[in-house]
Amino acid sequence: MEKFTTLRGVAAPMPMVNIDTDMIIPKNFLKTIKRTGLKDGLFYELRWTADGQKKDFVLDQPAYQNAKIIVAGPNFGCGSSREHAPWALLDFGIRCVISESFADIFYNNCFKNGILPIKVPKEIIDKLMDDASRGSNAVIEVDLEKQEIKGPDGGTVHFDIDPFRKHCLLNGLDDIGLTMEKKPEIDDFETRQKESQPWLYAAE
Amino acid sequence: MATRKKAAVPPPPPPPPRTLFEKIWDSHVVHRQDDGTCVIYIDRHLVHEVTSPQAFEGLRMAHRPVRRPEATIALADHNTPTTDLSLGIPDEESRIQVETLEKNVAEFGVPYFGLQDPRRGIVHVTGPEQGFTLPGTTIVCGDSHTSTHGAFGALAFGIGTSEVEHVLATQTLIQKPAKNMRVAVEGSLPLGVTAKDVILAIIAKLGTAGGTGYVIEYAGRAIREMTMEGRMTVCNMSIEAGARAGLIAPDETTFQYLFGRPNAPKGGAWDLALGQWRRLPSDKGAHFDAQIDLNASDIPPMVTWGTSPQDALPITDVVPDPANAPDEARREAWTRSLAYMGLTPGTKLVDVPVDRVFIGSCTNGRIEDLRAAAEIVKGRKVASTVSAMVVPGSGLVKAEAEKEGLDKIFLEAGFEWRIQGCSMCLAMNADRLEPGQRCASTSNRNFEGRQGRGGRTHLLSPAMAAAAAIKGTLADVRDFQ
Ligand code: SF4
Repeated sequence: MEKFTTLRGVAAPMPMVNIDTDMIIPKNFLKTIKRTGLKDGLFYELRWTADGQKKDFVLDQPAYQNAKIIVAGPNFGCGSSREHAPWALLDFGIRCVISESFADIFYNNCFKNGILPIKVPKEIIDKLMDDASRGSNAVIEVDLEKQEIKGPDGGTVHFDIDPFRKHCLLNGLDDIGLTMEKKPEIDDFETRQKESQPWLYAAE
Repeated sequence: MATRKKAAVPPPPPPPPRTLFEKIWDSHVVHRQDDGTCVIYIDRHLVHEVTSPQAFEGLRMAHRPVRRPEATIALADHNTPTTDLSLGIPDEESRIQVETLEKNVAEFGVPYFGLQDPRRGIVHVTGPEQGFTLPGTTIVCGDSHTSTHGAFGALAFGIGTSEVEHVLATQTLIQKPAKNMRVAVEGSLPLGVTAKDVILAIIAKLGTAGGTGYVIEYAGRAIREMTMEGRMTVCNMSIEAGARAGLIAPDETTFQYLFGRPNAPKGGAWDLALGQWRRLPSDKGAHFDAQIDLNASDIPPMVTWGTSPQDALPITDVVPDPANAPDEARREAWTRSLAYMGLTPGTKLVDVPVDRVFIGSCTNGRIEDLRAAAEIVKGRKVASTVSAMVVPGSGLVKAEAEKEGLDKIFLEAGFEWRIQGCSMCLAMNADRLEPGQRCASTSNRNFEGRQGRGGRTHLLSPAMAAAAAIKGTLADVRDFQ
């Protein structure tokens, strides 16, 4: 997984509430067996009309075509657990989403893919949404180590993040590798469980 | 040396009361970090074709085996055709995805229910049916509706594909405990009101993010009086309130359902298991971080009007007016929803015409759901303007329904009787709405485009869906009873 340390880029405003993962990447793009190449499906139905015309969605406007950050309305990423949602964001070049709140599974999925989801209170979102609306001037800087967001006019705000998740993201750590180191403890757990609940192992 | 009288050892303090969630959590912690992050053990893993290919690919690249293939069941449900399986899967991408799953399960030795296997169904129907879902266990699947299995008093939640790979490789997950919420539904459900109406009413009250960060335990008389099918419907939609999982304490209803199922404990193990399962319910005095109370007698048959599951109203109500929205954000959301749904404020919900009716999905594709719908349909005809279909949740549900003659009732009324699968719940296969079509659906999501681009979804119970099919508009099932 790619490390996340600092990020500087254009932020695209998406004030809509409850942007669900069906919206982020519709089902017809879930038939892939790869993690890459999903940017064409990102927000597909918001970007294209049914007969294939562009709809002038924010990410297609010249100012935001290279956006690296999204400032979003509350409950971003609700609905389906599809990890295709963060894969599609990443494939487009989005490395950070800032919102008042996220749905749990999406939030979790971001960290597995080197995307930083930042939760901040509504007043800060309102300010950042304003900043983001300034088009290509909406350059925002995110510093994970310092836990700071710097707006285009230089003002900085602090954000909270779970220290363990921060550590993993800063170092690009692979969860599975970390857990593999706990193999003896997992073995022990299974030995105990097999004794107390043998029916959970009946098929083996 | 002078002998000293041993000081009387004070009895150990009684353990603090714990919730059902805390008991399951505590018994699955493999490792706890100082910051509270835990490695928790996963007892059961369900795998389907859409969210697993990249996970198996990851294992292959890292040369990692599946740690416990026997704790896993794999099957294809999302992409599978519901009309004819003898032709295979005509859509190329869908076929490749299912073939990829078949290759992966063969390579990694994971038990698999093939396309023609009658046990194959929607993962959340098959798991419980096989007794794979057991009280007190942890269950995951790369699918948000894994919360369904919480109906058995199992901690069950959806995960992303990276976590699917993590579970395949290590049989564990890295997690922090959730907060506890208790939703109590006291009293008994009125006639015509079902588990689906209860959960829609709960989501309407909580909001689509109201459960974020929580595991919801459903309790109260109305929940206790529900069958396992009803409880699964309730837990299934926990995720639509944003909750990580839903839970219901196991009781005699649970044990009766499980007894004799293929993967349930047998003989002496059954008695041993029962003893453990009876200790699972939340202790008296256990702490809940939030508590919501509903009265069953206040819940009418419900239907959604918008594009979020929280947009649910009693069927006797009218399409709401954004002018009356409680705040600006919601006014905007309602306006957008109504435009998408093609609805005018003030229209009576029972006057909204429907083009399609879909009875099925992991929310309402079980035998009891089909029985409830058939009871309304029996001796009646689907309106000439409506195309309606029933898609059983598994091959075994289908076989049981056919044994009971339900298929005949549906076919005679003008419904299509299909082969099991997710079907038009998310329209990854050929079953989908055309742009602008309006559907009365027993599934769980009414998001924009969920059942097909431009399609308009109204969520409701199986009996309500049946009533809509006959009347040709959304309808109050109580007028049919
Ligand atoms: S029936 Fe619908 S909600 Fe359930 S698993 Fe299938 S697609 Fe997901």
